[in-house]
Parts: sequence; C-alpha cells; structure tokens
Amino acid sequence: MKLTLQIWRQENTATSGHYETFEVDQLDSGMSILEMLDRLNEQLIHAGKESVQFESDCRESICGCCGLTVNGRPHGPQPHVTTCMQRLRMFTDGSTVRIEPLRSASFPVLRDLIVDRSPLDRIIAAGGHVAVPAGTAPDPEAMLIDHTHVERALDFAACIGCGACVAACPNGAAALFTGAKVTHLSMLPVPSVERKNRAEHMVATMEENFGPCSQYGECANVCPQEVPLTAIASLQKERLKSFFAARI
Amino acid sequence: MSFVAPPSSAAGVDLGRILDGNIPAGDPSTAWQRRRQEYKVVNPANRKKFTIAVVGTGLAGAGVSAALGELGFDVHSFCFQDSGRRAHSIAAQGGINAARARRVDNDSLYRFVVDTVKGGDFRGREAEAFRLGEESVRVIDHMNAVGAPFAREYGGTLAVRSFGGVQVSRTYYTRGQTGQQLQLSAYQQMMRQVQAGTVKLHPRTEMLDLITDGGEARGVIVRDLVTGKIHAQPANAVILCTGGYGTIFYLSTLAVGSNASATWRAHRHGAYLAYPSMVQFHPTCLPVMNPWQSKTILMSESLRNDARVWVPKKAGDDRPPAQIPEDERDYYLERKYPAYGNLSPRDISSRAGKELIDAGFGVGPLHNSTYLDLTQAIARLGRDVIWERYSNLIEMYRQAVGEDPMTTPMRISPNTHYTMGGLWVDYNLMSSIPGLFVGGEASYSYHGANRLGANSLLSASVDGWFVLPYGVMNYLAGKLNEPKPSLSDKCVTDAYARAVERTEALLAVNGKKSAAEFHRELGTILFDGCGLARSRESLTKAISEIRDLRAEFWSDVRVPGKSTGINIALEKAGRVADFLELGELMCTDALDRDESCGAHFRVEHQDEGEALRDDDHWQFTSAWQTDAPLNFAGNPDLKFTRHAEPLEFEAIHLARRNYK
Repeated sequence: MKLTLQIWRQENTATSGHYETFEVDQLDSGMSILEMLDRLNEQLIHAGKESVQFESDCRESICGCCGLTVNGRPHGPQPHVTTCMQRLRMFTDGSTVRIEPLRSASFPVLRDLIVDRSPLDRIIAAGGHVAVPAGTAPDPEAMLIDHTHVERALDFAACIGCGACVAACPNGAAALFTGAKVTHLSMLPVPSVERKNRAEHMVATMEENFGPCSQYGECANVCPQEVPLTAIASLQKERLKSFFAARI
Repeated sequence: MSFVAPPSSAAGVDLGRILDGNIPAGDPSTAWQRRRQEYKVVNPANRKKFTIAVVGTGLAGAGVSAALGELGFDVHSFCFQDSGRRAHSIAAQGGINAARARRVDNDSLYRFVVDTVKGGDFRGREAEAFRLGEESVRVIDHMNAVGAPFAREYGGTLAVRSFGGVQVSRTYYTRGQTGQQLQLSAYQQMMRQVQAGTVKLHPRTEMLDLITDGGEARGVIVRDLVTGKIHAQPANAVILCTGGYGTIFYLSTLAVGSNASATWRAHRHGAYLAYPSMVQFHPTCLPVMNPWQSKTILMSESLRNDARVWVPKKAGDDRPPAQIPEDERDYYLERKYPAYGNLSPRDISSRAGKELIDAGFGVGPLHNSTYLDLTQAIARLGRDVIWERYSNLIEMYRQAVGEDPMTTPMRISPNTHYTMGGLWVDYNLMSSIPGLFVGGEASYSYHGANRLGANSLLSASVDGWFVLPYGVMNYLAGKLNEPKPSLSDKCVTDAYARAVERTEALLAVNGKKSAAEFHRELGTILFDGCGLARSRESLTKAISEIRDLRAEFWSDVRVPGKSTGINIALEKAGRVADFLELGELMCTDALDRDESCGAHFRVEHQDEGEALRDDDHWQFTSAWQTDAPLNFAGNPDLKFTRHAEPLEFEAIHLARRNYK
C-alpha cells in the first residue's frame, strides 16, 4: 500500500517547527507505524536527506518509549494501543496520515517527533518508591494479601509511563499517571507505610510540572494499559489523608 | 589431572592462558557465605569519596545503582533511553525463579542448582548456581517489599507456576508482566537515590568508550544523545549492566535499541568475552510476517503451562487448525520428550520446532511457524482462568497478528532471544580488567550453554542487589588512596579523542547504504551460519561474509546529519559497526568449539538430533581476547586468542541431559 505522510519537523526546542510531506510506497498492511517510519528513513538516507528523528525501544507495547500523535490522537487511531503496535491496516490505501510528537506544554520537543518527558520521572523521584533498603525486607508471606486485591493493585501498577495521558488531557494534567503510582503503592502492605508522605510529595511535584485535573477523562480513553480512571479519585483521597495527617 | 586446552580448528586462533575463576575452594554450597566473610568493606564515611559509573539501568543496573546509593557511594548511572524505567528487563513476561522451596513438591536449593547447571548443559559454574539460588530468596522478599505485586493464592500466600526444564513450581510472577513490575520497582528505588542525591542519573546518554589507567577501569566516555556532546565520566570503578546482544541477528525479541557497544568497547580494551556464540533461540516468538518487520515479539514460555505445541502430521496441511482432527496432530514436544513435554527447555524446544518447519510441516501463510494452542485448556479450565493468567499476552497477540488466541491457536516460531555469552567475569563479577564489573545479561555468568526460563530476571536481580555491592565494595576497600583520574589526565583525553574520531569517521564515509541495511544483511548471515544449527561449513562461510560486509560498511555506509544534536542514524551506525566486529568473533567461537552443548548445536556432533557434548575436551569456558589497534576508526583486522577456564562439578553429577 501507499500513504502520504505529513510529519512534524523541528530542529530543536528553541526553533519553531513545520509539517513536511513524504510519499511512502510498497507498504504492507501488517507493518506498524514505526516500521513505516523505518522504511521512510531508509528512503531518506538513499536520497541523501536527514532521517526523521523518533524514538522507540521494545516495540511490544511495554517500555513506554514510543508515543506519537497520529491523526490528532495520542498513540494513534486504535484506542488503548501504543504507537509501536498500531498497524497500517487501519489506514485506507492512498490516504494521508499526519504524524506529530506528543503535544503538551510539559513535554518540550527536542527534535522532530522526540519530546522530553522527564517531568514524569521527577514525580516518581519525589515519592514513587519505598524506603526499604536492600536486604532488610520482611518475608512476603508474613503479610497475606487477598488474591483479588493484588490483581487490582496490578491494574494500577501496569502504567508504562508513555505520557499519552498528559498529551490527551486538555489541561495537560498528569493525574492519571500520578494516581496510578500512588494507588498501586497504597494498596500493598509494605509500601503503604509511607502513603501519606508519598502522596504529598508526588502531588506537589505533579502540580509544579503539569496542569490541573478537571476530570475530563480523556487520559483513560487513550491509556494503552487501560489504567482505571478511579486512579484519579484515589489520588484525591490519598491527598486528603495526607492533608489531615499533617495537622493531627 | 592437569587441564590441557584443545587446539583450535578455527583458522588464525591463538591459544591463551588457563584462567582462574577465583571460586572459593571447597564445598560449592557454602562458597558464597565464605567469600562474603573474606570481603573487605568500606567505612560509611569514606563511601562518598568513591565514584562508581554504572552503565545500563535495567534490572541489574538500576538495582546496583540503588544498592550502592543506599550504601552512600557516589553513583553515576547512564542509559541511552529517555528514562531509567525503560530498559528491556521490562519486557520479560513469565516470571522469576526462586529456590524458596516452601511447597511439598520436593523443591530445594540443591534441585534448583541441578536444574540450572543441567539446563546450561554443564557449561556454567556450579558454585555460582548455588549463589543464584541462595540469594533468590532475598530477591523475592525485597522486590515484594518495594512494590512488585506478585500473584497471590486465594489464601493470600505467594502463587507459583512451572517453567521449562523444571519439574517443580518455583516461578513467581505478576500475570505476564513480571519483568515490568520488577524493572519498575528497581527503577523507583534508583529514583529514590536520585532524590537523595547519591545517584546522578544520565538518561539519553550512551557509552562510547572505556577509560583505563594502568590496566584498571577508571571511567567511561559517553555521548549526550540530545546535544551530541561527548564527555568523560572518570570513576573509581565501572559496572556494565548493558544487557544482551541478540539484536545482532537484526530480528530478535529484544528492544530495537539493545546493542553490544559497551560490551564490545570494553572487550577491545582487554575484557575477555566468554562464549560469544551461545545465543538462546526462544521457541515461542511470533513468526516473521512482513519484510519490514523490526522484531519478533515473544510470547511467554509461561503459556506452555497450559498451551500445547503442535503441527499437522501431514506436511503442507493447510486446513484451518480447528478442522484438523486430534489424531492428525503431532504434539511433537510431548511425543519426543514425554517427561517434560511442552515444558522442555528452550534450546531443545526451539530445535524441535525448527526441524519440523524446515521439513515442510510449518503452518501459517508462510509455513514458518507451529501452533501454540490454548483452546483445550480453555475448554478444561474455563475462559476466565486462562484470561487472568495470560490476558496481556493474549491482547498482545491480538494486536500484532489480528487473530484471537482464545478461539484460534497462536502461531509461533523460534527466534533470537537471550545471550548466555557475555563479558567473562570471575566469581566476584569482576572482568579481566580490574575495576570493571559486569552484571546481568551483559556478563556470561550462571547459565552456561542454555538459560532456563525465569532465571534471567533472577540473575539480573541477584547481581544488582545482592552480589555486585559486596564485590565492588571489596575492590574499592583497597583503593582509598587512589583518586579517580581528572579530566585532563592522559588516559581520559586519549579515550575522549578516540570516541570523537570514531564518531566523525562514521559520518565521513558518506556512501550509499544505510546502517540498517548492513544490519539486516548481518542478521541473515548470522541466522544462516551461526543460528539454531551450525556446521564447520556454515561458520566458515559466515566469517568470510562478515569480513566482506564490514569492509563494505566502512566504504559505503551513509550516515546523514551531524554529530551535534539528536541523530538516530548516527547512533545506529555506531552500534552496527560494533556488531560487525562481534559477529566475526561469535562465528569464530562457534567454529572453535568442536562439540554440541545447549544452544550451541554443531550438526557434526549429534546423536539422533540431540546435542552431543564432549566433556573430555571441551569442559571449559572459552574466554576470548581480540587484538586490533584501539586508535583506529575503520575496518580492523581482528586477531583472536582463546583463553580457557576449566569447569569442575563437585556437587552435581555430570550427566548427559535427558528430558525424555
């Protein structure tokens, strides 16, 4: 099959960008969007031109590295699927596809389709961890956890940190990302010991770096791991707990 | 009896020395306890005086960064990805083994060691397998405490399942995303130290060269992948946790960014590379479906707990699988290996599948796969049970192939997965360059000639959290009065100049072909010549083809753009240049080892299709040295020397593997 691509080109953060149009042919409908970009880049190298800069790593939807806006939608037209797993069979032969970076004021474009998502790491650094030094952990079976409870914790722990939730949000909020981590750790016995401090620090860092949550729910509509929207409600709950704990 | 290394039948290989693995003498089951008692430690007040460079932030790298940070060392951690969370440990699916042996299936530390050593076809160190099993208990404790939500029984205790090459259940898991949960937990603990100021994380930064001074490792040269700036990080010790190099085959289950450059650069400085040709082909990967495919996604071995592997009994039978009656199906693993059945080890399962595919029994549009069939388990256990166990795998298959494994058997084929080979290290995980330590898949430890499923998450975790911190501290304890080099020292400026020259040389070739094209050609050469089955003829041919391809690369590669700013084509070209050297050594190692063992199947050495070891001559680890000028950016002539570390088995009875 053949597609016309409108791709965002931007030299670096300081410059402004523009769309550039490319034609790619001999495509297979089973190829992923990223494999199509590989093909385009090879075409560009043969033509003596510079590659379109994009990033990806595992290409099996778990590392969270890829993430493009395809036809206006974070990750692409197929809901809850990372860009690396979006296949060309979704597009009509001969159609035009617009590819741009994940869009958020919190994610400056570094070059072409690559953005800086480090504010997400800062939220984790602020409190998304457990103060148990190596070697000091208790026996996991000294603390029984209900089967269903731990499976639910995993629903929140499954976040891949791709940042699509932020890009989908009209406010550029990172409430789903932060809520997922806060909820995951609050649900497990050892990590829950620090839940109050954790929520306070993570929320503060989130608010410094991202927009406010107005509960539009767009985040959960694109999340490749289908992290439940209740993560946001839990975030409010944990935050209130932390607020009162600080004053008693 | 004194050990004599056999001569090499590979042309141009020199025989080197007999290596000492520095394994504690005596009972291997107590070796680790005794070694830890001998280790020196560094007083907490002195720890911040030592800078340690850790390259790679996977399970081993993030773990050791966090552990050393907690101890108070000055840690600098590097990863090429944009975040410390993304390393490919994250993609491991099925689980992590531990010799906790709580159940009455008669598991034990000893049984763990037997399985691991036998699974590795007696080409790994016995004492290390004991250490791996012993420390596995603390790994489960720790990862549970720091947030990994391990699956639980309805009563609340930890759940376990079975994995290949094992007849007990010792695999702990979180659905089909165990690697993700362990990796994220390790990353989070590393970020805790980033917040505490003990770890400085350098994401989007790739190692280009090693700094050595007086033969000891003293830091790394790295490139900032955003600005393109090359700079030095001097250190008192360097730890490489840079993963495997299965991507050398182009198509593999690895992340597309996984590479051998840190390993190969350290090797070119004199760090020996052990068993470079020992590559595991995973039996349950998605087949190749289009010519532009960039990887072969893995379907976890855990599926083989419930799924049955089969092909039609008649070659070329193109009926839909549901229409092929039971008695016209060949459940070939159950037929050939009744004792282990669908849970036979990976090397054996992969070869069995490939033989049938090559003989025309393959299924699917390209006849390049076999069936992995969950439908009978669904009928027996119900949809809900199977969905809970494997939902993310089923979802992944649906997305990738467009078919539903709940109703139609999955199609699988063997592909490149894990490299048992890697940098040679002694029992303390120190390479042949003092001060250079290696952990996780980047080293060759534990797995011999074949790794058992769910032992890779374990070995990376054990190395990172519970082995490297002791050994590294022991090394540094004797170095209190040896400051790390300054940026103006000759050892630093020389390494810097080399890295700059190599980067500019890649840009200067200005030929016609992309680095990716060379990579694909190399992958085909290796898959045909040094793949699931190897022969003298195939390897000799591959070596000559790789030399030609490398020469062509340095005269005809085209790397667009500049060395400043982001340039993914330049990153790729540097990695492919290193692969083109490593590939020659891989084939040389495979040609040199004149026996079959584990994943290394030489067609000349077999007994009715089963690997035939030659313990009289080859019961040793090959550790290779490559000589070529370091200060030369271009196509080098590589000169190989094979050193040998004899292997002894005291607790485990040396036997022929039998899974029948």
